[in-house]
Amino acid sequence: MRITCPICGPRDRREFYYQGAAVAIERPAPDAGAEVWDDYLHNRDNPAGETRDLWYHESGCAAWIVVTRDTNTHEVMGAELADDAKAERP
Amino acid sequence: MRIAGKGLIDRARPVGFRFDGHRYEGFAGDTLASALLANGIRVMGRSFKYHRPRGVLSAGSEEPNALVTTGLGPAQEPNVRATTLELHEGLMARSQNRWPSLGWDALAVNDLFAPFLGAGFYYKTFMWPRRFWERVYEPVIRRAAGLGALSGEAVTQKYERAWAHCDLLVIGAGPAGLMAARTAAEAGADVILVDEDTVCGGRLNAERLEVDGRPGAEWAAAMAADLAARPNVRIMTRTTVTGAYDGGVYGALERLAHDVAMRPGAPLECFWRINARAAVLAAGALERPVAFANNDRPGVMTAGAVRAYLNRWRVAPGRNVAVFGNTDDAHRTAADLVAAGVHVSALIDARPHARCDLDVPFYAGAQVCNAQGRHGLEAISIARASGIEKVQADCLAMSGGWNPTLHLTCHMNGRPAWNPDIAAFVPRDGAIPGMVTAGACRGDFSTRACLEGGARAAAQALETLGLKAPEADIPKAEDSAYDIAPLWAVPGKGRAWLDFQNDVTVKDVKQAAVENFRSVEHMKRYTTQGMATDQGKNSNVAALAVLADATGRGIPETGTTTFRPPYSPVAIAAMGAGAQGKGFAPERFTTSHAASVARGAPMIEAGLWYRPSYFPKPGETHWRQSCDREVGYVRGAVGIADVSTLGKIDIQGRDAGAFLDYVYTNTFSTLKVGRVRYGLMLREDGFVMDDGTCARLGEEHYLMTTTTAAAGQVMRHLEFVHQCLAPKMDVRFISVTEQWAQFAVAGPKSRALLDDLLDAPVGDMPFMGCGEVTVGGVAARLFRISFSGEHAYELAVPARYGDALFRELAARAEGLGGGPYGMEALNVLRIEKGFITHAEIHGRVTADDIGMGRMISAKKDCIGKTMAARPGLSEPGREQLVGLKPVGAVKELTAGAHLFEQDAQAVSANDLGYLTSVGFSPTFGRFLGLGFLRDGRERHGEVLRAVDHLRQTETLVEVQDPVQFDADGGRTRD
Amino acid sequence: MIELTARTPFDGLLPIEAGALRLSEAAPARMTSLAPYRGRDKALSEALKAAHGMAFPAPNRATGREGARAVWFGQRMALLIGPEPDAGLTEFAALTDQSDAWAVARLEGEGAAEALARLAPLDLREGAFKRGHTARTELGHMHASLTRISGESWRIMVFRAFARTLAHEMREAMQSVAARAGV
Repeated sequence: MRITCPICGPRDRREFYYQGAAVAIERPAPDAGAEVWDDYLHNRDNPAGETRDLWYHESGCAAWIVVTRDTNTHEVMGAELADDAKAERP
Repeated sequence: MRIAGKGLIDRARPVGFRFDGHRYEGFAGDTLASALLANGIRVMGRSFKYHRPRGVLSAGSEEPNALVTTGLGPAQEPNVRATTLELHEGLMARSQNRWPSLGWDALAVNDLFAPFLGAGFYYKTFMWPRRFWERVYEPVIRRAAGLGALSGEAVTQKYERAWAHCDLLVIGAGPAGLMAARTAAEAGADVILVDEDTVCGGRLNAERLEVDGRPGAEWAAAMAADLAARPNVRIMTRTTVTGAYDGGVYGALERLAHDVAMRPGAPLECFWRINARAAVLAAGALERPVAFANNDRPGVMTAGAVRAYLNRWRVAPGRNVAVFGNTDDAHRTAADLVAAGVHVSALIDARPHARCDLDVPFYAGAQVCNAQGRHGLEAISIARASGIEKVQADCLAMSGGWNPTLHLTCHMNGRPAWNPDIAAFVPRDGAIPGMVTAGACRGDFSTRACLEGGARAAAQALETLGLKAPEADIPKAEDSAYDIAPLWAVPGKGRAWLDFQNDVTVKDVKQAAVENFRSVEHMKRYTTQGMATDQGKNSNVAALAVLADATGRGIPETGTTTFRPPYSPVAIAAMGAGAQGKGFAPERFTTSHAASVARGAPMIEAGLWYRPSYFPKPGETHWRQSCDREVGYVRGAVGIADVSTLGKIDIQGRDAGAFLDYVYTNTFSTLKVGRVRYGLMLREDGFVMDDGTCARLGEEHYLMTTTTAAAGQVMRHLEFVHQCLAPKMDVRFISVTEQWAQFAVAGPKSRALLDDLLDAPVGDMPFMGCGEVTVGGVAARLFRISFSGEHAYELAVPARYGDALFRELAARAEGLGGGPYGMEALNVLRIEKGFITHAEIHGRVTADDIGMGRMISAKKDCIGKTMAARPGLSEPGREQLVGLKPVGAVKELTAGAHLFEQDAQAVSANDLGYLTSVGFSPTFGRFLGLGFLRDGRERHGEVLRAVDHLRQTETLVEVQDPVQFDADGGRTRD
Repeated sequence: MIELTARTPFDGLLPIEAGALRLSEAAPARMTSLAPYRGRDKALSEALKAAHGMAFPAPNRATGREGARAVWFGQRMALLIGPEPDAGLTEFAALTDQSDAWAVARLEGEGAAEALARLAPLDLREGAFKRGHTARTELGHMHASLTRISGESWRIMVFRAFARTLAHEMREAMQSVAARAGV
């Protein structure tokens, strides 16, 4: 598996650390309520198809990135810096 | 027997070798199989289940029968295919699965019991009594049935791994692959051309075909030479692409030539990971045997193999050869035999319409229905409309047609499609993203079609890379049509083998169908067809054709089993190359390592780091003596410990304070410059992540320390919080763990030591103060912090001075009645003080559990704060940190013991908690422990049972405060 | 006043030679990480140019010349190798002394990239990884920085504590490449 780091370019998967769903970058406000926090921390979709995960280019540039990939085909569709991914969201 | 002619062997270089102890001679360029055939050896192995004598079937890596063992001891390698084993001087090969000898095998008696050993016999026969399976049946069956064995010794030879990158990977260097490689090379692409053979050419090396008006092998050699001379082409022979993986990654196993592998420092094999932007699969095709009674007799082999032995190795596999097939290949084989001067006793073509233009006994519309000769073929029976005729033959060349080698196209879930025109499965386009198929592996069997297909496939692949392929000049070559009459199994009595390697016959497959194992995947597992080293390469299609017939379905409906990597066997040593021995994990050494080892300290692993366990003194016979002494250094004089392994993170920027307030539960923006504060870090789910101290070196400059264990995790976390949660904060950080060698100088005489050592006295640096000092003129950092509960410092110097400083500190400490201390003493000291490590903050512990609930500041948000406020994380009934001391007859404590009421049964329903850390405290003269106890803070003074079910020990413990030494901290502050 | 003897990370471990390949220690006088503060990337680059004669490097690139280089070292970070950093840079960037944190070696000789290909999953082909290109990557399970100084000359950096492991891994890789080459 190869991931194209937005900074370093295409790299072997072993340079990256896998975190989990990219939901983790959308931290709720402290007073958002138990349900919102529960969703943020614990509830995850398990899609057959497109999914967005958070990876860390640990032995590369140390960027946290959001990788879009397909769980059916294993195709990696793209990756963007977590910072940018956040900025795009309304 | 060897025949005249050139071939691809070097008659000027004879090679001596041994097979089962006997000495033989072959030539450079031979395989073990060709050399044995040349020496008249026909029996090369015994079959898996029935121990029937077997000869070589093929001339390639698909060989199911001629498997041998090479090497001795750690170098012993089982199941090496004689067909791909390059002959080299001194080679010693041994046959397998026979005892006492290949010629007379005691277990050949199994063959007589064949009626009882059919499909599923293991499952049916060895059911009862149940306990016999593991103890009796399995070991006996494993001994009786099987392949070669490993030596059981660890590998000592070198295996390596490597990465390669290219624009276009061409898999297979036959006519299609060579054309693809040249087309891509001329377009300017970086090409890697891989072939499992020792030379390029594929079938061209085994046939008498001409390409471009020259012998095929010559044309291939010229093409290979042309490609090898180009800077953008890399040819990798002796290399098998074993798997196709996500994102254009291919695994490939390279076997180095024997003479290269024997050079000092050279590996035996190399496992490559090839990253290719695009790929052309030109893997060729594998010939199918035909199932008929006793078709496993030594001397029965595929027609393509017979031609390969004839043309490439100049070996006649027999003196009197019969040929049986269902395509023109049978005629081609007969023609090659005649040309080589070998007598052809019969040419049997299953196609009724077939014509023959050779002067050999010809049987059209006939089939071979039996074979005679237990230790070597003597005669065959030919079934024709007029009856059965027996013909003498010591070799039968058989061909049931060809199966495209499409295995790699199935590695990412691709399913092949049935092509009735060639009676074979062909790959579907796009089965592997970025891979195009060409030549025989997609069902184009003529040489001309392969040449064209290779050029076309390369052009197609290049287009996806944005490169333009030049117009390819396709050389003249044979372009005959492929005319096949499907033929899987010849009807008749007797066992007809489908899978030679696993001894699976037509009857076994039919029986599977009768017993309702109708799915091809079930049939495979029930009969074991398609398992072991050849993975059904010779038998899959025929077996499923028989299954299709038996279940009244067509072949496409029956489908195939799934081909998975690796294409051919890969030694675990090759798969794991680069990760065995020292390669398993890098070793991280502190600057004091050499000095510690010189003092005899046993080093223990702490993550990747190595730290001294203790520093033994002459006369000490037990580590506890050393540990007790070292604890005494710190409590009574001064001890020195290397604490460089703790994570150190340099944090700077306008928002550094605010950032730390966000990641720590407590506040750091208010910390004064020149001061240090203990900090607690939570995970977002409210549980403790790590703890450590953080010093403020300047207005916008902090130095965070982490535990050794969590250094990497904390760094990752900080980056996450900054990049993903607080990107607007102006803060930058970098690890300085390796920049500084840092030593704890701990004990009542620590200040005296430093006053003398440093260029200027310490002065009145307060507890939890820090500042810059110099030592021997070197700029250093001094922190007055303590992990032992004593008046203590940590002194940090640039790592280049670490070795010298440690030696100096240790010597000076010894002069003051102290000395260096190791991890054991460090552990005892901190247990005495109730200081936690990751033995306590193990991931299921909250701030409140460890008595630090109040460290979560109410004035600000921080990571983990919201969730830590959930009632469940601090409510009564949770297990809280306590200190424990033994009060029963047994004086020893063990970490991992669980706590119970004295009168309660020691079962999980009554579990109240557990011990996390223990140590013998010389200060108190008894064991001390830390642990977690339900509502522990309210239970100080109670006596409980501590039961260790694993070590079968039990004692009584009294619950007390975790801080058992110097509770008011006076010694630390003074 | 005592005297502390300095030891380099590869002290007693290098050089290693195998065939045409040679791995030797190349400990620079000074290494300083430069991490620009928010919005100061450009100002830092200019200050760097004024003070040390090289621009802040783009990702995967090194600027400067022998003796004074700025090597890209990660997301918005560069490593100034050689000179004592100009004090004025602190206005634009967090500067951290890394002089002792890294074991720095130089690999030279024909087949150098082949030896590295045993350890790094990186595309090191001449066309893809040219002179002056650099990467943060993994080298035999170690975080590393790899820079092509010139054709067959590379700078390899790993954490100081991994010096011995790097020497071991490189020796294996170099010997293997040398053996294949028949030297």
